[in-house]
Amino acid sequence: MSLTQIEFQAEGTGDAPAQAIQGRSPWMLAWRRLRQDKVAIASGALILVLALLAILAPVISSLVGHSPDTPYTNTGLNSQGLPVGPSGTFLFGTDGLGRDLFVRVLYGAQISLLVGFVSTLIGTAAGVVMGMTAGYFGGVIDTVLARFIDSVLAFPYVVLALALAVVFGPSLSVTIGVISFFSWAAIARVVRGQTLSIKEKEYVEAARSIGSGPWRIMFIDILPNLIAPVLVLATLAVPTAIVFEATLSYLGVGIQPPTSSWGNLLSQAQTFYQTSWWYLVFPAGFLLLTTLAFNLLGDGVRDAMDPRTERLFASQRKGRRSAAKRARPTPPATEVS
Amino acid sequence: MTTPQPPEADGDVLVRVESLVKYFPVKGAGLVARTVGHVQAVDGVSLTIPRGKTLGLVGETGCGKSTLARCIAGLIPATSGQVIFDGTDLTRLNRRAMRPFRREIQMIFQDPYGSLNPRRRVGSIIGDPFAVHKTATGNERKKAVQEMMERVGLNPEHYNRFPAEFSGGQRQRIGLARALALRPKLIIADEPVSALDVSIQAQILNLLADLQQDFGLSFLFIAHDLEVVRHVSDQVLVMYLGRVAEQGPKDPVYDTPRHPYTAALLSAAPAADPDAAAARQRIILTGDVPSPINPPAGCRFHPRCPKAQELCSQQDPPLESKAGDPPTHLTACHFPIQPHEDLTTSTVGSRAGLGTSTGSDSFGGGTA
Repeated sequence: MSLTQIEFQAEGTGDAPAQAIQGRSPWMLAWRRLRQDKVAIASGALILVLALLAILAPVISSLVGHSPDTPYTNTGLNSQGLPVGPSGTFLFGTDGLGRDLFVRVLYGAQISLLVGFVSTLIGTAAGVVMGMTAGYFGGVIDTVLARFIDSVLAFPYVVLALALAVVFGPSLSVTIGVISFFSWAAIARVVRGQTLSIKEKEYVEAARSIGSGPWRIMFIDILPNLIAPVLVLATLAVPTAIVFEATLSYLGVGIQPPTSSWGNLLSQAQTFYQTSWWYLVFPAGFLLLTTLAFNLLGDGVRDAMDPRTERLFASQRKGRRSAAKRARPTPPATEVS
Repeated sequence: MTTPQPPEADGDVLVRVESLVKYFPVKGAGLVARTVGHVQAVDGVSLTIPRGKTLGLVGETGCGKSTLARCIAGLIPATSGQVIFDGTDLTRLNRRAMRPFRREIQMIFQDPYGSLNPRRRVGSIIGDPFAVHKTATGNERKKAVQEMMERVGLNPEHYNRFPAEFSGGQRQRIGLARALALRPKLIIADEPVSALDVSIQAQILNLLADLQQDFGLSFLFIAHDLEVVRHVSDQVLVMYLGRVAEQGPKDPVYDTPRHPYTAALLSAAPAADPDAAAARQRIILTGDVPSPINPPAGCRFHPRCPKAQELCSQQDPPLESKAGDPPTHLTACHFPIQPHEDLTTSTVGSRAGLGTSTGSDSFGGGTA
């Protein structure tokens, strides 16, 4: 058959029939996969409920009729001056001064989630810009930035956080600043590596041949390809930031009383742990639930964003199933020596 | 390197490349990397691309074809030499001064999968050139993009689709639409069809030919498929290890190759016609392509050349017109193949390469 004939036949079939398929963006595909993941959806719902509770804390506070900072010395403390346990009046019991622990935990959620989201946002933005700059430009810029990233990652951050808090005085903004400063480097390192590989792709070369400048290439061509790993890292950075905030507050250099945060509630609770279990259990429980939910959601997002891992799991499942089939008793084969 | 000036007046020449050299430094290991050598990817190549015509660039993998293309496109800086585009030396321009020329020179890439950003919609990919050069915005841009899509044989309604929803041939059309969006004068096609099925190859080649006519495009067409190059080219240039081995109008180069390397390449190409395939004689080259870090002295082809003599390892052969050839047919060889000389060790037979050209004729007939 000559090429002419082949060509003729190809002309007939065309490249592909025009189909009325709705084009699905990678985001929609990821969302469809995420929806199938019950654990991730439950975690997401839990986070939403927590966020709602935190936002509505003042409303709930007025509904309950207890302000977060008022010590209820008559009803909130027993005859020995110790906190009272959970009851109809005080859902989670009271703290050492007779304040409503339920209301204080909700206000603490405000601080914890705020610190978690804001410092993750700042850290992620900084990490993406730094990592992309280092990876795309290479050379001296990369060497300097990469060493900087390494040194930030190598730093004993609790020690530096303590020092910074002492120098600037502990406050919400210093806490957010410190947490952001220690969360960008991990993201920057991943982004740098991804950028190094993406910038060698032909579509980046195509962009350069069109005349795109470096910033346009970084933000229009490379960034969309980074969003999946960055989103996963950011989801997993939120619980880290929340725990970091709790650590700082627990050590007394984060959020200062009377403003409540889960960390300083735990710190105050440790004097009462022998008599008042609720004082420790409720803030710690909320901290645990929140970080667990974010971590599970992060895992779900990763699976949804990267179909390859999903396929990997599917093949593992299939492997297990066929292994089980093989393990089923089979008629004994006659031994051949 | 002395290169005779081709006879065309400069008005007919769109691009003139003069002694272009591109060395890549080879860095040693260690904390402070020291340059230990150079990959001599392109070593003194001169060529001209006539206006509205196609120059085919042929050579083995690693001979510097793609590097040469990227130097001409201004994607990588040349080590030395000149790229004169319409009277302007592009190698002297900085990024800002280069910008207007980016519109004039566009590339089509080999890999239809790697050359389109998987995270961007087709409309935005093809609209990119308009956005970068701020030539059209909003609805105007969308309209221009859809016109372009229609022109290259894509359904304009697929504007909002992602590259993953297209086949290889369609993706190559998307790349073509992007390259044509700014109405360039020169298209550098770096193996544009080698990743496609044969039937799709033919479609894309026909499309390229149509577009060349409609837009008055000049092409630098790189391929390792000799038949494809013969089909599309007006002029052919054969490269070996960063140098030009032979160049000229396609028919003399294909029918009476003077450089032993060209003859060997032609004899290695598979013949479409089984009778010719059975009759043809292959010139078997021995050894591997030498490392471009440390290329052989003299003629770079001499360690593998069946005709090599003492002189070949000592003196670099100039690229010149050999006796009996038209002045545009240039060969860099001390001992060019004489007409009816047979390089295969066997006796008389249909010379290798001639058989393959029969195959290309039927190919050529398809587009007429």
